[in-house]
Amino acid sequence: MSDPVGTIVQDAVLLSASGVSKRFGGVQALRDVSLTIRRGEVYGLIGPNGAGKTSFFNVLTGLYSPDEGRVTFDGHDLPPGVPHRIAGAGIARTFQNIRLFGAMSALENVMVGRHIRLRTGVIGAILRTPAARVEEAATEARAHELLRYVGIDQLANQQATHLSYGDQRRLEIARALASDPKLLALDEPAAGMNATETAGLRTLIEKLRGDGLTVLLIEHDVKLVMGLCDRVAVLDYGEKIAEDVPDVVRRHPRVITAYLGRQSDPEAA
Amino acid sequence: MTLPGDPKLRARLGIVLIGIALAVLPFVVGANFGNSWVRIIDFALLYIMLALGLNIVVGFAGLLDLGYIAFYAVGAYLYALLSSPHLAIAFPAVFASAPAWSVWLVLPLGALVAGLFGVLLGTPTLKLRGDYLAIVTLGFGEIIRIFLNNLNAPLNLTNGPQGINNIQSAQIAGQSLGRSFELFGLQIPSVTAHYYFFLALTLAVIFICVRLQDSRLGRAWVAIREDELAARACGINTRNVKLLAFGLGATFGGVAGGLFAGFQGFVSPESFGLLESIMVLCMVVLGGMGNIAGVILGALLLALLPEVLRWGAAPVQQWLFGKVLVDPESLRLLLFGVALVLVMRWRPAGLWPSALRKRELAAHAEAT
Repeated sequence: MSDPVGTIVQDAVLLSASGVSKRFGGVQALRDVSLTIRRGEVYGLIGPNGAGKTSFFNVLTGLYSPDEGRVTFDGHDLPPGVPHRIAGAGIARTFQNIRLFGAMSALENVMVGRHIRLRTGVIGAILRTPAARVEEAATEARAHELLRYVGIDQLANQQATHLSYGDQRRLEIARALASDPKLLALDEPAAGMNATETAGLRTLIEKLRGDGLTVLLIEHDVKLVMGLCDRVAVLDYGEKIAEDVPDVVRRHPRVITAYLGRQSDPEAA
Repeated sequence: MTLPGDPKLRARLGIVLIGIALAVLPFVVGANFGNSWVRIIDFALLYIMLALGLNIVVGFAGLLDLGYIAFYAVGAYLYALLSSPHLAIAFPAVFASAPAWSVWLVLPLGALVAGLFGVLLGTPTLKLRGDYLAIVTLGFGEIIRIFLNNLNAPLNLTNGPQGINNIQSAQIAGQSLGRSFELFGLQIPSVTAHYYFFLALTLAVIFICVRLQDSRLGRAWVAIREDELAARACGINTRNVKLLAFGLGATFGGVAGGLFAGFQGFVSPESFGLLESIMVLCMVVLGGMGNIAGVILGALLLALLPEVLRWGAAPVQQWLFGKVLVDPESLRLLLFGVALVLVMRWRPAGLWPSALRKRELAAHAEAT
């Protein structure tokens, strides 16, 4: 432990959003949201429907530009609204409604996920230079490795749309992992899953955490979030109303109000 | 007779056989059907190049382009200006004599300029998809044609609707392809020489397409076609990758245009109408979008079939009815239309769809 305390603290934060606001016409989707994600943790983001979870997610991954505020990632400001550069900086995501490249095989999907880490250009591709060949072979090997990691390598040559729902989710995670992310952002990965599939997903996320990856998890399945996450933030009407370890968040009065509504007489309950 | 069992060996044998067939084709066709049929095959090769270029934009990247023929026009006019006396006649003060550039200079230049036009078209249309993109590209194609039609005043750059003639044929190793010549004791007619020239470039285009398809870029194009948002989230710079598709596709069009100008010896705006764009698009769609072999098949069929119908319609009617009832020219278009409808009805993914496209359509049918 020769590291000065200061650098450890500095290093511990992977992502910090400060004062992020986003408005769509008359709807304030996000209002002054600030939060920090630490390295190596599974960070949950929950909230009732329409609370702004996915909006925040889209700001984070560059699909939306925030009206105000900024996001610092790994010591640098993220360029707002430029998804491919954000992917390059090390944030990979999955989608709430699975968005795979349907006509491609599972393997090709993962290989596309690695695009940002590859360098072959037009000339290299046409001439198939030694460098391009090496890169292509390495990409394919890595894609197989990732499919094995999420447990679907036997389906590598299947068309993506022919995979079962749970396997499609896994494939999307493998595709996201292909860009060697520092932060993996999962948008409601358990949505539509049965109990077995959810349990499998939980094991997979725990494995990812075990391997040192930081995970941001948006989820409706409160049981999954509370059991899995190191820390949880709660959004309601575009505002962050709580951020803490699951046990504290669970008992937070504003969180209970947001989810269950206000009790007219607390003693009567 | 037994075939060698090793698939690699068999593939090689197939390539050799196809090579021999392609090499003797113009002599066989020329001897049996006349050189006008070799000329038709030459045009079919140009169409293959065009269709493969458009396939990059439409088939791979999924961007519907209805103005593709504009790039063919750009390549053709550039070749025409740099290989005909037109500039010297129109601007005697600037050009003392007719420019006579080497074909090895004019073709790459045509490719480059057409590629730039491709990027020029691509830039304002980056955010458009589907129908909207089709409308804008259609407009672009018409703008180019109308420019060519009207740029004879105030400066006579294109000679307007009269077009540019007296275009020099390509010269290769000092031999002009425009006249028949003797090689190794064989009499090579102009159309046959052009055939080999076009064949070599077509093979180069096929090679480039195959290599690109199986690369990081080919995958990125298909990813954009399949789901642009997910492609962006995967780190694909969709702007650059789309512009690359437009630019590369246009490049092939430019090369084919230059070859066309040198082959015909004459260009006019008439050759570059909307119908030509639609014809090339039909080749891509009918053959099988995104599948290189399918696109080649589509181009061959659509380039050759009308000629076959034109050639066969009158004798067949004579034999069936004792007289020619319908003018072969109008019958040709009728049968052509019927063929298109039938193919789209029974083989919606094209005659020879890519394995992926076939699966995609099947999945879509299941879903609906």
